[in-house]
Amino acid sequence: MSILVNKDTKVIVQGFTGGEGTFHAEQCMDYGTQIVGGVTPGKGGQTHLGKPVFNTVKEAVAATGATVSMVFVPPAFVGDAVMEAASAGIELAVIITEGAPVRDMQAAKACATKNGMMTIGPNCPGVITADECKIGIMPGNIFKKGNVGLISKSGTLTYEGANQVVKEGYGITTAVGIGGDPIIGLSYKQLLQMFQEDPETEAIVMIGEIGGDLEIQAAKFIKENITKPVVAFIAGQTAPAGKRMGHAGAIISGSAGTAKEKMDALEAAGVKVVVSPAEIGKAVKEVLS
Amino acid sequence: MNIHEYQAKQIFQKYGVPTPRGIIANTPEQAVANAGELGGSVWVVKAQIHAGGRGLGGGVKLAKSKEEVRELATEILGMTLVTHQTGPEGKLVQKVYIEEGANIEDELYLSVVLDRAAEMPIIMASTEGGMDIETVAHDTPEKIIKIAVDPAFGFQGYHGRELVFGLGITDKAEQKKMVDFAKKLYTLYMENDAEMIEINPLIKTAEGDFLALDGKMGFDDSALGRHPEIEDMRDISEEDPDEREASQYGLSYIALDGEIGCMVNGAGLAMGTMDTINYMGGTPANFLDVGGSANAETVAKGFEIILKNPNVKAIFVNIFGGIVRCDRIANGILEATKLVDVNVPVVVRLDGTNAAEAAEILKNANIDNVIAATDLGDGAAKAVAAAKGE
Repeated sequence: MSILVNKDTKVIVQGFTGGEGTFHAEQCMDYGTQIVGGVTPGKGGQTHLGKPVFNTVKEAVAATGATVSMVFVPPAFVGDAVMEAASAGIELAVIITEGAPVRDMQAAKACATKNGMMTIGPNCPGVITADECKIGIMPGNIFKKGNVGLISKSGTLTYEGANQVVKEGYGITTAVGIGGDPIIGLSYKQLLQMFQEDPETEAIVMIGEIGGDLEIQAAKFIKENITKPVVAFIAGQTAPAGKRMGHAGAIISGSAGTAKEKMDALEAAGVKVVVSPAEIGKAVKEVLS
Repeated sequence: MNIHEYQAKQIFQKYGVPTPRGIIANTPEQAVANAGELGGSVWVVKAQIHAGGRGLGGGVKLAKSKEEVRELATEILGMTLVTHQTGPEGKLVQKVYIEEGANIEDELYLSVVLDRAAEMPIIMASTEGGMDIETVAHDTPEKIIKIAVDPAFGFQGYHGRELVFGLGITDKAEQKKMVDFAKKLYTLYMENDAEMIEINPLIKTAEGDFLALDGKMGFDDSALGRHPEIEDMRDISEEDPDEREASQYGLSYIALDGEIGCMVNGAGLAMGTMDTINYMGGTPANFLDVGGSANAETVAKGFEIILKNPNVKAIFVNIFGGIVRCDRIANGILEATKLVDVNVPVVVRLDGTNAAEAAEILKNANIDNVIAATDLGDGAAKAVAAAKGE
């Protein structure tokens, strides 16, 4: 078992024939992901990486039965691409592209929600179910199969965390990079719930960052709903204040979104909070033994 | 990207959001000429820097004669203004905005920002204008009104009613003016891909008009491509030259005041590396994210920027290679040591794709001041020790 994706998941790639799309689609296929085709407007009818190319997502879904789309289109077209996927009946869009305008993502997320489509990202490494299905840009070889679920805002910290878990002799069920943009798709709460319900996942690693209040909300949710052990790290304890967040932005959440505040909230919810990412592996070992 | 008050007010005026009249000046002579052009007998001389708290720092002053305009402009132009938002080093004032005086009857607060939780823009307003809004939010949160506007449906009548009744505005004409003000502000927020707009204070004049006495605007960097006219408002003198140079090479750099230079791939791991150094008893000298496509040139540039900081006593290179191959980074480091005089110990931790090959490359190169580390904890400990001269 796992969450979100597995060896049977049929995936199309939006931005299939571009440089990034091609390189990563190939890597995903090597990992075992069922890439069943892709979409590049104007190149419909061609074959790329041995798979059919379509002009529209609607055609691709009709022809392949794909339920997931991996989005690699350039930033200015991401909003449009995600809305197209949502309108074509895709169930999950994994948005890898970095630098999509916030206003576009706001509209795309609202459209996805209205159409019942889940999204991951943007600006994220994607999702991987160890040894079954990789939809994204993470180095697949790090993720050995096991019983730990991983949720992270940061790409390289996802790799760091997974690597440590594996080095301690454990492994990963599914790892999800949710991204750190102002508007994101699936967040801690939904994913924590999915891992809670996944019989194979026995512990959860949650990696957060300064800014916003998603981790604070997650802490509340964990306290009330999650019985599996959770290990957390919040990056940015030493980051200078005010570099990325506007003052008005900090007010909305009623908090400044500091690392300390988030760590305290998680600790109060019974989470094992580590002060350095170098301690993630050891902490997982501790909660599982 | 942030812009100056005078630029924000240009955008306000384009959308019909009322502001006092004003003209920008680079010299005291221009300031006096501007005062003459504006007319009247009272002017405000306002330092233009990208930071709040200018008034308290002595950068906003009232002039009651043209001679006083000259004196104040002379005083403010070229001064280093220190406010709670500039840091102790302050910011050099290169422009002053000369604005007509206004009969202030009341001071309000109005802003538009993205509410990440609601996933839509929110209009925030308060009767406590002219005060530090963070203090208001902390001490009297009930005095802040928050109104979310769903862009799918736009600004509706009820948004306006919630605003004016919330602010205690009872006069019909004034209600209409305030609703119009907020609606235009919301429109310009959306159309320009703003990240935030803040007006503090928004004043009510003795004549019953609402005016944006101040104006702060920040924009979504990812959307600047479709707003060339806003990109043109960029003031590079407001940006840190090292941060700017770094960004031209795809590096994200922020200087800190510690001793250990950091070069890391990914913002999260970069922050996590700083945290680990701190946890091990050291102090990070900078945040530096080399991004996903690090190569010899960017690594060399990274070393160059880090080493400009005279406080740096050791460098910690921490790369978790995903798609980036570690052997390429190792070669980049060798290349960098040829291009840049790296005169401090460099602790290198390369993990992930092709890490074994990378270790071999560094070992064979046998450079005196390169110290290999096996993992994040080991690397941070070695960097802290190296910085202490151990």
